[in-house]
Amino acid sequence: MDGATLQQDSQTGAQREAVIKVRNLTNRFGPQVVHENLNLDVWRGEVLGVVGGSGTGKSVLLRTIVGLNRPAAGSIEVLGVDVLDGPEDERKRIEKSWGVAFQDGALFSSLTVLQNVMAPLREHTGISESLMQALGGLKISLVGLPQLSCSKFPSELSGGMRKRAALARALSLDPEIVFLDEPTAGLDPIGAAAYDDLIRELQQALGLTVFMVTHDLDSLYAICDRIAVLAEKRVLVEGPIEEMTKVDHPWVQEYFTGPRARAAQQKGQDR
Amino acid sequence: MTKPTVTSDRNAEGVCIRIAGDLRTQSLDQIEGAFKSISPDGKDVIVDLSGVQSMDTGGAWLVADLERRIDTSGATVHLEGLQEAHASLIETVSKNIPEAVGEQAPPRGLVETVARVGERTAGAWKDSVSIVGFLGLTLHRLVRTLIMPWRLRRAALVSQMEQTGFKALPIVSLMGFLIGVVLAFQGATQLKQFGAEIFVVELISISILRELGILLTAIIVAGRSGSAFTASIGSMKVQEEIDAMRTLGLDPIEVLVIPRVLALLIMLPILGFVADIAGLVGGALMSWIDLGVSPGMFLTRLKENTDVWQLAIGLIKAPFFALVIGVIACWQAMQVKGSSESVGQRTTASVVQSIFMVIAIDALFSIFFSELGI
Repeated sequence: MDGATLQQDSQTGAQREAVIKVRNLTNRFGPQVVHENLNLDVWRGEVLGVVGGSGTGKSVLLRTIVGLNRPAAGSIEVLGVDVLDGPEDERKRIEKSWGVAFQDGALFSSLTVLQNVMAPLREHTGISESLMQALGGLKISLVGLPQLSCSKFPSELSGGMRKRAALARALSLDPEIVFLDEPTAGLDPIGAAAYDDLIRELQQALGLTVFMVTHDLDSLYAICDRIAVLAEKRVLVEGPIEEMTKVDHPWVQEYFTGPRARAAQQKGQDR
Repeated sequence: MTKPTVTSDRNAEGVCIRIAGDLRTQSLDQIEGAFKSISPDGKDVIVDLSGVQSMDTGGAWLVADLERRIDTSGATVHLEGLQEAHASLIETVSKNIPEAVGEQAPPRGLVETVARVGERTAGAWKDSVSIVGFLGLTLHRLVRTLIMPWRLRRAALVSQMEQTGFKALPIVSLMGFLIGVVLAFQGATQLKQFGAEIFVVELISISILRELGILLTAIIVAGRSGSAFTASIGSMKVQEEIDAMRTLGLDPIEVLVIPRVLALLIMLPILGFVADIAGLVGGALMSWIDLGVSPGMFLTRLKENTDVWQLAIGLIKAPFFALVIGVIACWQAMQVKGSSESVGQRTTASVVQSIFMVIAIDALFSIFFSELGI
């Protein structure tokens, strides 16, 4: 646990380790302030759902943590390494310990699905071509894609399959943390539920920490251990979903006690 | 991280393989060879994993693969000293190992080569039929637009005329000017040898007016506007905008192709004319500097010895070039499929094909006019 913070959980008393620590983060685009003094911890082995209204900077937060967006102020630590100002080689090492699945896959359109999944292996490891193919095939099978899709190009896949292929690519280096941007957006309810189950299964089998930006109430009830609500330029509340209904804030109240939330809650209990 | 290690002991009863260290994807290259070289020879195998500190799916795959290989060889295999988390990971992985991985490399042989040549030939024939069909479709819509001019998208036409014509004026006139300079300079060196400097006027005027002015303008426009047409309509195809248009009852040919082709039809002759004039100016300037042929003398000689037909023969070709460039560019754009990669390929193909066709048509005209004796 090199340098990562251990902390007592206030409720259970168990020790937990923060794999991502965001402190006093401020993000500004011109005059528009997206985040101001935002603080967030992500614990090892949990599935964290980040929710918030449109334009509250959920995706910006994700992009800032993985280094695609430079914040105006604040600090971000991932696995004990300062990803903003830490030493170059440490940051490079950290980049290999996370995987990002973008909203629409962002697969390389000139490569087949298998080549897409093999791309990080080719870049960052010295293993042989045949082992790379075997591991690539394994990841594709783990995310529930048929082996036939190995030789297909991203444009030949459906939206749901593209999302799965993107997850396979994000998992190819066996990262400790997986970032998912709206993983179930645009999927049919059955496909979305299957994808939720997949994330849960993989998270347990591979011991992943999942940082998930989502709008999907079903996902929140089904797989998220904790929820962080972004509002008023900061993390307004964080905690298990049962606590959300008790929060006295108009947006949170509307979000978690509206008719769709009640239906999702029912479904979450049935599962 | 500890370096992963693999050691094996053989004794009378069987083989004992000890695996230790961190079995992680990033360091698998160090033990991959050792794993592959393990062969049980039908003996029972004990795999001792008690030294393994951590494992990810890559490491689990190696263990699962080893287990499966020994199993299929008929020997029995035992995993010992396994941590619970690692055991469940190996189980998850071995459940998910696909039957056969990967893409089959395309077969390479005489038959396949012949078959590929055949496929390409058939493909080229189909493309030719398709492009002639597209030419017909475009001409039909063009004629319909002329009969019913209120159907014409005027804003799009004017915008395209600006893009393909007006904005090309600087490059086209500079090119024409330089061609005139080069011709005068090269011609002068040759003609000086037998004191026929004054013929430089005919050399410049006939070659530029009849051939070079319009041909080089068409090549520049093919590279400049042809590529732009293919790239922009091709990207719209990728984004399904063309399909969206069809569902809204809009005809993509009428909305996208006609304004572009018509803009080229109007602007290419004008650009060709500008290139001609710029070429003559460049030639006259160089003749003055290098040969002492004054601009006045150049103009008189030009009027006396160069028929206006030379200019006409050059400009008559312009609409044909324009049609070929426009139709090929738009047809290539319509062939774009799926990825952004395809847009790039089609844009390249569009420019290469239209430049080739412009030169081919120019050659045909050359033969045609010389047969007619003009």
